[in-house]
Amino acid sequence: MKRIDCLQAIYPRLEDCAVVTIMGAVAAELYSLGHRPNFFYLEHAMGLASSIGLGIALARPDCKVVVLDGDGSVLMNLGGLTTLARYAPRNLVHLVFDNQVLLSVGGGAPGGHQWFTTATSTGTDLAAVARGAGIRRAQLVEDLDDFTEAALDAIRGDELACVVARVEAEMPASFHMDVHMLENRFEFPRALQRIQAKTATGGRT
Amino acid sequence: MPVSVTNSELVYDALKGSGVRLISALPETWLVHLVRLADQDRDMILVRLAKEEEGIGISTGAHFAGLRTALLMQNHGFLQSINGIASLALLYKIPLLLMITDRGTMGERDPWQTEGGKYTRRTLDALNIVRDDLARPEEVRGKVAKAMALAQSSLSPVALLLQRDLMWEEPAA
Ligand SMILES: Cc1ncc(C[n+]2csc(CCOP(=O)(O)OP(=O)(O)O)c2C)c(N)n1
Repeated sequence: MKRIDCLQAIYPRLEDCAVVTIMGAVAAELYSLGHRPNFFYLEHAMGLASSIGLGIALARPDCKVVVLDGDGSVLMNLGGLTTLARYAPRNLVHLVFDNQVLLSVGGGAPGGHQWFTTATSTGTDLAAVARGAGIRRAQLVEDLDDFTEAALDAIRGDELACVVARVEAEMPASFHMDVHMLENRFEFPRALQRIQAKTATGGRT
Repeated sequence: MPVSVTNSELVYDALKGSGVRLISALPETWLVHLVRLADQDRDMILVRLAKEEEGIGISTGAHFAGLRTALLMQNHGFLQSINGIASLALLYKIPLLLMITDRGTMGERDPWQTEGGKYTRRTLDALNIVRDDLARPEEVRGKVAKAMALAQSSLSPVALLLQRDLMWEEPAA
């Protein structure tokens, strides 16, 4: 399964969500499908994408929040999974692209990246870790149909959900992104303001 | 436990007064009453963290969504959060009100607090984070309001160091 196909499958559904992605390959591929101001690309601070998603989800219970994460980034903030589980905002969806490597350190030169594998390549099961952290709805998916169904279900749903997608360790076609970090940082809150109250789920969880 | 209830309430009221609606916390002794107050306040979202750095992300998300926040941590929690502060808050111009208990300074009796205490200030200074001390009850309200104002206008972290003299009431010998 390729990450770009996964992103393509959910892209139309991201239109009225607050979307937070990690840096590198995930950000570049989402961008390549068409930038929208409700996408925030966290270009550094590995691990904190899910924490940003939690902050938005708690502050805006009416707004669906989708976090696009990576195995290396999640491994850097495993404690954050327990915090997600603890407050379990019903409007938060955590999608983790597990390619079993730290892909984006290579910079995209063909064959130029170091294969720095993560612990998911030797047996760590992030869906099981998420369940163990207390996220009841957490599953591992290995093909595109399962991903599409699980991810769209999660986005439609009314419960904290984590979907870990086993994907190929493939570089994006390009890392080009013509949106400055600060431009993106300031357009994103404005986009959140424009997202209407849709899936109101009440105040604090 | 001689943590000052009165002054904890003063600090809490000042945070509320400056518009804080979400508090993330990882407690230590001096923070127990502040965390309890946040927990008992139905109008406050309290997020108990596993590690302080998460709080930088949570406050960022809440800021994007229009909420004012404060982060309660001890100085070692601040040291724990440095990459989040550099690579998110400073890089992306995010306002943070860092409420940091200043352990390991004059009067410290816990040996384990003394190392980090020596360079908390210099680390804040190295990061260009404006800081002030909260030591006397009468300065709490004003300094918290001013720290929040500066964080919001400069879109940067601002730190208030909670001092022993404010947070701790030495039992009469
Ligand atoms: C604290 C820190 N350490 C190392 C890096 C270098 N780095 C940038 S992207 C990346 C890999 C991220 O891996 P993952 O989350 O699995 O996403 P992938 O690139 O595989 O899609 C690393 C290690 C960094 N940005 N920050």
